[in-house]
Amino acid sequence: MSLQDETRRAESMDVRRVAMLARLALTDEEAEVFRGQMAGIVGFVRKIGDMDIAGIEPTTHAHPVENVFREDAPVDGLDREVVLSNAPKQADGQFVVPRIVE
Amino acid sequence: MDVSSITLGEALTGLDRGDWSAENLVSALLDRIAARDAMVNAFLNVDAEAALAQARAADEQRARGETGRMLGVPVAIKDNLNVQGQTCTCASRILDGYRAPYDATVVARLRKEGAIFLGRTNMDEFAMGSSTEYSSRGPTRNPRNPDCVPGGSSGGSAAAVADGMALAALGSDTGGSIRQPAAFCGCVGLKPSYGRVSRYGLTAFASSLDQVGPLTRSVDDAARLFGVLAGADVRDATTVDVAVPGPDACRREDLKGVALGLPREYFAEGLAPDVRASVMAAVDACRALGADVREVSLPHTEYAMAAYYIVAPAEASANLARFDGVRYGYRAPDAISPLDMYCQTRSSGFGPEVKRRIMLGTYVLSSGYYDAYYLSAQKARTLIRNDFIAAFRECDAILTPTTPTAAFRMGEKTDDPVQMYLADIFTATANLAGICALSLPCGVNADGLPLGLQAMGPAFKEENILGVASALENAWGGPQGWMERRV
Repeated sequence: MSLQDETRRAESMDVRRVAMLARLALTDEEAEVFRGQMAGIVGFVRKIGDMDIAGIEPTTHAHPVENVFREDAPVDGLDREVVLSNAPKQADGQFVVPRIVE
Repeated sequence: MDVSSITLGEALTGLDRGDWSAENLVSALLDRIAARDAMVNAFLNVDAEAALAQARAADEQRARGETGRMLGVPVAIKDNLNVQGQTCTCASRILDGYRAPYDATVVARLRKEGAIFLGRTNMDEFAMGSSTEYSSRGPTRNPRNPDCVPGGSSGGSAAAVADGMALAALGSDTGGSIRQPAAFCGCVGLKPSYGRVSRYGLTAFASSLDQVGPLTRSVDDAARLFGVLAGADVRDATTVDVAVPGPDACRREDLKGVALGLPREYFAEGLAPDVRASVMAAVDACRALGADVREVSLPHTEYAMAAYYIVAPAEASANLARFDGVRYGYRAPDAISPLDMYCQTRSSGFGPEVKRRIMLGTYVLSSGYYDAYYLSAQKARTLIRNDFIAAFRECDAILTPTTPTAAFRMGEKTDDPVQMYLADIFTATANLAGICALSLPCGVNADGLPLGLQAMGPAFKEENILGVASALENAWGGPQGWMERRV
């Protein structure tokens, strides 16, 4: 699909669907405000489609670096109590979450 | 000692000579914060007792003959950098109450040199914003004019330094978040080259763009802090082991033999007349110092904003997936399932701008859109980077305005996200290309608002841009000389 086709669809970006993918639950009021704002923002970044990028390699890292290796030597991490110290809910040295399996 | 105007370098000289103690410095800064910060709101948290205890410890170390490049220097830290035991909330409700279990590498490096951690500075939530109005703890005001924004996202750091509440501060810069507030508040802000400074312990926003850097009252202070912060770190595999220039290598008296480029694309329509006049006066000053000034071209500049606002939100949407209510920070009460917990926690924990960026990033990475947006933006990045590589064959540094206008008024852009994004138009290119850049105050407009000159340099050539800035600062009569340069 060309960018033009896609972005035409994007003008009616399904904010509720995208929000759900991002694990955000929007109120009706929020969804309404975001619908207009996101259309404006997507329209703004759509300019990328005007660029002639045929044959150009993508840049993922600003500098051409090779794989970075270190010695595979064990080092201490943080203590368990320290890691758990910010947990909203914990028990027996573990994070507690709502029931997963019914 | 006037704590509101001395530089970090002068503070160290005074400590060495015994003119004052670290405790004197911290006390004076705490007094200034008490007098001013109810209005400015630069700090989210100041632990006065802890800062004074660190100051007394530094004074004892100095009395014992111990040394350190920052021994006894109080520094403010942006609220997205971990200082062990202190709160670190990124100005977000979702990290309410979070206490850092370890030091960020930059904090550890400062601590090793004897710095004192004065407090946590306000910011746009998760560093997403250009005005520090998107903070869960209320906006920071520009100390030069409280009706104006301080810029962002490191607006608390810039305001604290400019208003005399901290000798220096750390910020982070993903698309201009050090340089733009430095320009709006009137201080020096340096974004080092990508790979120069470790991000370990910095809450990640866009990992291919983020850098940590200093905000200071003088160019020399920025060079001193850069020398402490920079260097390879095994905990951040993107850091590169390239020799770090010391402050002396970053200082220049004149600009003889230095070639400076002016990119015509940065002086196009939309640039405010006061900014243009001030920047061109700075360019004339460079010529007078012996620089060879020439026009250069960065032809893909017009695509930079689109590329930036695809790459940065895409990476942010992935990085912020970790805020799910499981391991730290806020968790919505009464969730009946994990999915319910994620959705409720994130919906009530994140503010509107963070939600917009997460949604934009999720959208451009989603099935069917990836090639059109994210991959295209990465290719655009290659062309933007190649523009700079070509331009730096002709010059040692590039000069531009830091921002298209002086500080705008509070509330002016909060309802229009795209207008807010355009505040980064001259700064985001350096992040996309991975090069170094700084903002130097170069004058004030008729309203008394500071104006910023940006100097951009090749990757790992921070000495080039610090050298240009130091020569200008010196020619203008010192770190406060820009205040007399009216346009």
